[in-house]
Amino acid sequence: MLSSVNAKTVRPQGSILGDKVRSRFSFVLSLLLLIIMSIITLAPIVWAIGTSLRKPTDSFILPPQWIPLNPIWSNYSEVFDTIPYLQYLWNSTFVVVGILIGQLITATLAGYAFARLPFPFKGFLFWIILATLMIPILSTIIPVFVLISQLHLADTHASLIIPAWPTAFGTFLLRQYFMGISNEYEEAAVIDGANQFQVFYRVYLPLAAPGMAILAVLSFNAYWNDFFRPLIFLTSPDKFTLPLGMVSLFGINGTGSISVILAGVLLSLIPVFLVYLVGQRYLVQGITMGGLKG
Amino acid sequence: MAYSVNKQTLPVKPSGAFYWLTQNTLTGMARRKALAGYLFILPTFLGILIFTAGPVLFSFGLSFFSWDVISPAKFLGIDNYTRLWNDPVATSSFRNTVVFVLIAVSLQLTLSLLLAVAVTQKRMAKWLRLIFRSIFFLPLLTSGATIAIVISYMFQQDFGPINYYLGQLGLGHVRWLNSTQWSLIAIVITYVWHQLGFTFIVFLGGLGNISSDVLDAADVDGARGLGRLWFVTLPLLSPTLLFAGVVAVINALQVFNEPYVMTSGGPGDSSRTVVMVIQRSAFQNQEFGYASSIAVLLFLVILGVTGVQFWLGKKLVFYQ
Repeated sequence: MLSSVNAKTVRPQGSILGDKVRSRFSFVLSLLLLIIMSIITLAPIVWAIGTSLRKPTDSFILPPQWIPLNPIWSNYSEVFDTIPYLQYLWNSTFVVVGILIGQLITATLAGYAFARLPFPFKGFLFWIILATLMIPILSTIIPVFVLISQLHLADTHASLIIPAWPTAFGTFLLRQYFMGISNEYEEAAVIDGANQFQVFYRVYLPLAAPGMAILAVLSFNAYWNDFFRPLIFLTSPDKFTLPLGMVSLFGINGTGSISVILAGVLLSLIPVFLVYLVGQRYLVQGITMGGLKG
Repeated sequence: MAYSVNKQTLPVKPSGAFYWLTQNTLTGMARRKALAGYLFILPTFLGILIFTAGPVLFSFGLSFFSWDVISPAKFLGIDNYTRLWNDPVATSSFRNTVVFVLIAVSLQLTLSLLLAVAVTQKRMAKWLRLIFRSIFFLPLLTSGATIAIVISYMFQQDFGPINYYLGQLGLGHVRWLNSTQWSLIAIVITYVWHQLGFTFIVFLGGLGNISSDVLDAADVDGARGLGRLWFVTLPLLSPTLLFAGVVAVINALQVFNEPYVMTSGGPGDSSRTVVMVIQRSAFQNQEFGYASSIAVLLFLVILGVTGVQFWLGKKLVFYQ
């Protein structure tokens, strides 16, 4: 207290004018950094858009044309003609929706139980689930692959969907949400004669909607973009999801139809982008809580 | 009316096999709640046993066997681990991954911290802050694998835009993806481009939690600019830094998509990472035991590094 009063009166370094200049200088410097990094961040996307709107033969025109002067849209129609793009799109959608439904059901049930229902060994069981949060996918993928093969589920979408249902992060997240809701609602519902499932389903589930939104948006982002699991579990091209399909075309065609592949890549960004526009708040909140999968 | 009142006063005898559960008492209700609790956690708990906890133990056991799924497994003792020690591809993949993690994570943390501090400056207009935040968030929405396709094209040696601008600056043509000294660097750049937004968002959250009173007090005491960043902001942000550092290292140790798409680990083995070796041994060569031993080793490395980070954190992190 005393020292801060002293500091205010003495002003240990520089004049007021000097401080102003210095603070303006650091502001300009950081603005410069932000602008340069923004350009670097946007460059691949802008270049991809530009190239997808040029003739395939002009893909590597030099100097690089960032804004196409005569945009052509034929690459985008070619995506649907030359690549089984709609098939990939359907596969990705089916897998992601299947995962989301399963995760929301299992995580809300478990999160609710851990937050609000007393039962023996609850703390210990919750601790086991939390401990698996640390386990990376590469430590489980080999046995899961073996299990999937033994169940004759290899090369099916079910092999991508079912192992993704149990979610330690989702359980943790929804437990936090259910814990934050007052239990007066429960008492009222029980007096009205509701059973345990009705209390959960009718009373608490609607109140946990923001937590469900966070889980849904994060999982949508992670599994729509997932490449590792589809690469390992799928072998037939007609079952490929979008990232796997695009990478397999990139590998086969080499440099043949860059502009078509780029058009396909850009189209595959649209769904995530739309989800981001709607659920930006939830996505940011979830990432800050540590729910992002590489 | 009178009749029903009379009936209620009569003692009701316990009956039925499920009376312990259905009885209308506090104990009965507690039992119903406990049963519901077990039923509710059953799907998640079973799922985690089958798809996470069980596999970790299974994979640890498998690392002592030789197994191709078709013929019966053969016990090898620690042979997989001695083979791993002498396998130049596996050891170089560990070396590559460590080099990758050191460069990529320090670059990622430094850049995203600078950006987060820059964007939260008081002078920054709100709309400008929003624009920058959205821009740095954008890569997080993309798939690491498909964006690696785009950036591979940009790294193209003769006609790619990156080498074009380097040429304009007089820096010459870099053989990004097909030279042993640049391939890993190209992957670092692509990876950091993709992951920067994650730590940026985490740091923004951490900076938002620092009370402005403390910063104002520091201002009054004459701490400004880099001095304030180093002596005031960083210590206050250290819990967030620890969290971001741990997650960034864990993710980077498992890098796969970028090298798989951009270089397939080449040229030679110059950009082959540990997860690439695991993927090839298990799912192309059907050596599930050997692949498991590599996976176990990487898991131990991840645990060890995380442990060291938390130990360092205990000494260095400043909790307000």
